[in-house]
Amino acid sequence: MPKDHGIGASTKRREDIRFLTGRGVYTDDMALHGQTAAVFVRSNVAHGRIKSIDTAKAAAMPGVLAIFTGEDFKDVGGNPAGWLINSRDGTPMREPKRPVLAHGKVRHVGDAYAAVIAETYSQARDAAEQLAEDSVIEELPAIVDMKAAVADASNRVHDEIPDNVCFDWGWIEDNRAAVDAAMKAAPHVVTLNLVNNRLIPNAMEPRASIGEYNPGTGDYKLTTTSQNPHLTRLLVAAFVLGIPENKLTVVAPDVGGGFGSKIYHYGEEALVLAAAKRLGRPVRWTAERSESFLTDAHGRDHVTKIELGCTKDGEILAIRTETLANVGAYLSNFSTATPTFLHGTLMSGPYKVPHVYVNVKTVFTNTAPVDAYRGAGRPEATYSLERVIDQMCRELGLDPFEVRRKNLLTPDQFPYQSPVGLLYDTGNYQATLDKAVQMADVAGFEKRAAESKARGKLRGMGLSTWIEACGIAPSNLVGILGSRVGLFDAATVRVNATGNISVMVGAHSHGQGHETVFAQIVAEKLGIPESSVDIVHGDTSKIPFGMGSYGSRSLAVCGTAMTKAVDKIIAKGKKIAAHMLEASEGDISFEDGKFSVAGTDKAKTFGEIAFSAYVPHNYPLETLEPGLEETAFYDPANFTYPAGAYICEVEVDEGTGKVDVVAFHCADDFGNVMNPMIVEGQVHGGVGQGIGQALMEFTTYDETGQLLTGSYMDYPMPRAEDVPFYNVDYSCQTPCTHNPLGVKGCGEAGAIGSPPAVVNAVIDALHRGGHTHVKHIDMPVSPSRVWSAING
Amino acid sequence: MTKVSMTVNGKAVSGEVEGRTLLSSFLREGLGLTGTHVGCDTSQCGACVVHVDGQPVKSCTVFAADVEGAAVKTIEGMANADGSLGVLQQSFQDHHGLQCGFCTPGMVMSAAALLAENPRPTEQDVRHYLDGNICRCTGYHNIVKSVMAASGQDVSALAAE
Repeated sequence: MPKDHGIGASTKRREDIRFLTGRGVYTDDMALHGQTAAVFVRSNVAHGRIKSIDTAKAAAMPGVLAIFTGEDFKDVGGNPAGWLINSRDGTPMREPKRPVLAHGKVRHVGDAYAAVIAETYSQARDAAEQLAEDSVIEELPAIVDMKAAVADASNRVHDEIPDNVCFDWGWIEDNRAAVDAAMKAAPHVVTLNLVNNRLIPNAMEPRASIGEYNPGTGDYKLTTTSQNPHLTRLLVAAFVLGIPENKLTVVAPDVGGGFGSKIYHYGEEALVLAAAKRLGRPVRWTAERSESFLTDAHGRDHVTKIELGCTKDGEILAIRTETLANVGAYLSNFSTATPTFLHGTLMSGPYKVPHVYVNVKTVFTNTAPVDAYRGAGRPEATYSLERVIDQMCRELGLDPFEVRRKNLLTPDQFPYQSPVGLLYDTGNYQATLDKAVQMADVAGFEKRAAESKARGKLRGMGLSTWIEACGIAPSNLVGILGSRVGLFDAATVRVNATGNISVMVGAHSHGQGHETVFAQIVAEKLGIPESSVDIVHGDTSKIPFGMGSYGSRSLAVCGTAMTKAVDKIIAKGKKIAAHMLEASEGDISFEDGKFSVAGTDKAKTFGEIAFSAYVPHNYPLETLEPGLEETAFYDPANFTYPAGAYICEVEVDEGTGKVDVVAFHCADDFGNVMNPMIVEGQVHGGVGQGIGQALMEFTTYDETGQLLTGSYMDYPMPRAEDVPFYNVDYSCQTPCTHNPLGVKGCGEAGAIGSPPAVVNAVIDALHRGGHTHVKHIDMPVSPSRVWSAING
Repeated sequence: MTKVSMTVNGKAVSGEVEGRTLLSSFLREGLGLTGTHVGCDTSQCGACVVHVDGQPVKSCTVFAADVEGAAVKTIEGMANADGSLGVLQQSFQDHHGLQCGFCTPGMVMSAAALLAENPRPTEQDVRHYLDGNICRCTGYHNIVKSVMAASGQDVSALAAE
């Protein structure tokens, strides 16, 4: 029997009630007395010098209350990059200032250089259009293509950065010569040139922010679409506006998806705060979808050459990659970590590879900033590896399943120190591969292929075996790697006098279901009903200083903090019970919600202990504090390492080039699973996004830097008809060895493992159909690309 | 400004609107019914779907003044009279058919319109009908399952092929 409550149960989500009845409260749903509306004036050229902005006419228009330009923010700080990366030669990265509003130059289409605040949104919009008319921007040649950006030193995104390169990073630089030698000595070398296509995250809720300021107290409040309110508060207060943190509250209420794009601090958040202070009234802004397309941090955008040295029977000897990674016009907060430490450290995958070297040059261009998007660096690494391994199999006539089996680490090799800096604690990659093979009925493939052929379709099967490093943190490690922040998390467990519980957590739920899952864990540990536990998140004035949700970290990091705080509650409860039962603390045990004296029938319920904590009559106050509330901070010893094997089957229409994903099987190892229903849902969503990347989604800037895919009519989002049902299994579990819940994280797996499985399946189908000249097709593997490859 | 009157979730309402006021804005800002969401402004994402005289429409692309006298139903009007979840809403919760919840109101309103037209839709019927509703969280698996289950079909064995 599956459990019906507590850890491991598929408890239905409590947050669904409000979302299904229209009672969720997202940022734009809030109306405030005296509110005003902000509209941004955005550059319509990719690269230009701001010659003049004449505000007179706009300022005189009906309802206009204030106008801001870059001049207003030239003396405050910039929005910083969170990680300092050094180049191979030891020099620090080039780090241009990212201002609240563009000043001097505009650097991408959508770069905001002014903002209008008016009584109503329509008035602000009308005046913003006037202001755009009255601004003179001298257009400069746009820098769009990364190779051209690096080659042409005369044309610069930032005037002070001569070759548009942020850094040239080698991982691990000291190993370079050995890797080169191993590659040279390898009996066979496979080379692939790959594009990891640029994606636009497209959380369905557009970004929105409301700034408030109380002149009577000097307190600011920012309500905003954030995955991490404390991180946003730190950035906007300490780095940009110089507000003391204790005078700024940041609230991230219901947030409609993030996928990375809402990790970062954006200039609009600083603007609404500054404007609220100037006007003494609330200032609100909500992005239109076109603003989201132009200004949300995009994802991926790598151009990679990968080489793999191997024996003739498919043993991998060495891997070497060279990547150009686009960072766009400015450095977004995680933009320097994503193509480096979230990418290079994964380049040996789940395999035993003796020699690996990764080189990444990050390049400024006149495009929107690029940063972490679901998976963040790890999908790029996995795609490169899994594509080149398939190519190796093709060149050497080897079976892709057998080759992976031959190279996978075996369970006896853990803990495993990878050649690119990670220490994998545990895993069983053979088990997930075996499981996937069984789920996909690989043995029956030929029969299915024959059926497809009878219907005029080419059928192909693609495999990827992958690993990811999740639960980001370890502050010690990320500090060595260049992080400027700590990456711990925190939770406070407050037992109320009547025994129900409020848990304040640093993690933020924007679709993941923390309010349900976290309550399951607390309820199980304390032996009380889930309905007695409420999870509070998203408000810096209520929650302890935690770092929010991204990098599949919520449960592994914040969940562990919460577990530790619960342990402290139990320890305190034992003290109280010892006092109440006149026993020694060491004799008290806690089980099923009861504190008992060993070897007697004397016991107190959890509720009695809670009540006593707040009605502390007769307490020995010098040794026992009243109250029952505990906080724990937790900083893990290592990353977690989810892994798995994905098998995709596609059908290709040779006449049109259209690819249909007809089956998708996921065998995941997430360690222990707290709520199977939610875990499956996370995998579904990740795979859906991965299929989108593999087959549909592309971001196109023309040579002048105009975004051609700036609406849902141009940017193909996967819709219900574009994807199949997914077959998900999580029964292969090697619990994480360094957190008490044994959890690894499941949020990004689907988006990491799926794109290479899809593309491998397409290439397999084409080869089976006799199109053996097709070595590779870049993502998105669209009908026109497939047709051209077949007929090219 | 123009005066508009309509019935929303069975209640007579009226308000002053500009000619350019969209039905979505009138519902959200005029009536405080913020369950109807705006995700794209271009009739593509479907987060704003409501029913007008029984038909699903994208309320971000309809002027408030154009629905004068109509009967409008929003997500706030979908629960049972006692406040409990309706069959379709309950099915979304039972089958985890939502994550962040932002597309959900439009998804439920579209699915309700489908079931009114086609009480026992196939998987393909559901996927085709929901083509105008984008979800970024769920990969659609559990949405399709929720809608089929709400129509009384056994969804326990659904997987690809």
